[in-house]
Amino acid sequence: MIAMEKKKKALSDIIIVGIGMTPVGEHWGKSIRELALDAITAARSDAAGLKPQAIFVANMLAPYLSGQTQLAALLADFAGLRGIEAVTLEAAGASGGIALRQAYLALASGLVDTALVVGVEKVTDRSSAELEAALSTASDADHEAVHGITSTAQAAILMRRYIYENNMPADALAYFSINAHTNAVTNPNAMYRRAIQIEDYTHASMVSEPVNMFDAAPIADGAAALFLVRDDGSPNMLPHPRVRIAASAAISTAVALHDRTDPLELYTSAESSKLTLQQAGLKHDDIDLFELHDQYSVYAALSLEAVGFAERGQGWRLALDGAISRSGRIPICTFGGSKARGDTGGATGVYQLAEATLQLQGRAGENQIANAKIAMVQCLGGTGATAATHILELVDGS
Amino acid sequence: MEASRHWRLKQERYTLMGEICPHCKEKIFPPRDFCPACGEDARNLFQFSGRGEVYSFTTVYQAPAGYEENAPYTIALVRLEEGPMLTAQLTDMGDETVEIGMPVEMVTRRLRSDGERGMLVYGYKFRPQLARAISA
Repeated sequence: MIAMEKKKKALSDIIIVGIGMTPVGEHWGKSIRELALDAITAARSDAAGLKPQAIFVANMLAPYLSGQTQLAALLADFAGLRGIEAVTLEAAGASGGIALRQAYLALASGLVDTALVVGVEKVTDRSSAELEAALSTASDADHEAVHGITSTAQAAILMRRYIYENNMPADALAYFSINAHTNAVTNPNAMYRRAIQIEDYTHASMVSEPVNMFDAAPIADGAAALFLVRDDGSPNMLPHPRVRIAASAAISTAVALHDRTDPLELYTSAESSKLTLQQAGLKHDDIDLFELHDQYSVYAALSLEAVGFAERGQGWRLALDGAISRSGRIPICTFGGSKARGDTGGATGVYQLAEATLQLQGRAGENQIANAKIAMVQCLGGTGATAATHILELVDGS
Repeated sequence: MEASRHWRLKQERYTLMGEICPHCKEKIFPPRDFCPACGEDARNLFQFSGRGEVYSFTTVYQAPAGYEENAPYTIALVRLEEGPMLTAQLTDMGDETVEIGMPVEMVTRRLRSDGERGMLVYGYKFRPQLARAISA
């Protein structure tokens, strides 16, 4: 009985009670701390003004592009939260999910009662060569980056092999981009609020063949934040329907793409999603939407396969037949994804989580997925050396 | 400058020296001391032949800082004939068109330069297999 009591306490719900997002774009007038402050202020206001005991900051590039370490301490102080615990988490594009994972562990341990997860990235202060060099730090420095590889080139290498192995039409990945752009039209925070047609894709200029302009997400400035509390079970005055973290998992593998047994198999995506489904006791059919990693369109296809929504080599068909649309079987990138909302490096995972929260709370406006109750949210670092996967669930009767 | 960082890697960069696992016989490149296949200690040196084939490839137009002068360049994942895969630029292509499965061999070339007074970093790149090119 005591053991059961303890278990129950340890597993008390972690609730996302507020979110905040800045528009993604070229914020020439804002520094990294000002961007983060906007998101923090919005999330705290959304959470009825609660104060966090700890702040977990997701960021990839500040040491290279802003010359700033101890970013979490800097942001806490700048946001009027001087004195609280502050820690920065870095796992390239997976930083956001990893930061939520750490906040979740802190809250679940019982040692922290309220926490902020803040994702922020400031990329437009530097030249494109400097930005490419900074982004390439997500690869193995001694065995990949030294050869002049870029994240775009790695996606292109994967996409060429994917097309080669699956004998598919050259424009088969187009519908990931078309879906993302369609969903971004009604997202006020999106960078590209313009729908595109198949002709736009087929006529797009190449970035790194076969990756064209519409296969690659634009990287830009942005910040997003989540306010989390541990639910103590008492009737409360939370301002929104309660969204709980039903499952949380993070997995790593070889950083170098060439060190994977099969580069087209996203091992960390597969394993972390499997763990979350087990933790939550759910099946694929229970997932109402899936916010996935779409920094390049090929990763969307590979993620759908790794997680098990499609057979190996068939992920692209879900885009072609409309299954990923807002009214489809497994909606993805419901606010435009990295492709059209814009990619914000280490902050991307926090945008995904904030968007999924809005969906479950019924606050997604024109982007609302009907009757959305359960969302899977996954972000990947680099070519997938790190994956962080969460399942969010609307609490019954809230 | 990072001179010592590149100096430490000279054996693998200049000669494709890797390792072989004494337990499961997995051939390992780059060297890493723990076998990625079986997890046991692996420190026995193994000399790779330098021959392999292209797994996949692309062209980089927007190069990172330090690589701009070479752009555009072709970069590939190369599957070595002994099993491991590595990332490298393709070079000396002449009139040949790169394709998946193309046989290639290792050569030593300049990888990057850090300005007029900066350090030059050398290492492996891959070119079409010469014997094959001559007989063709």
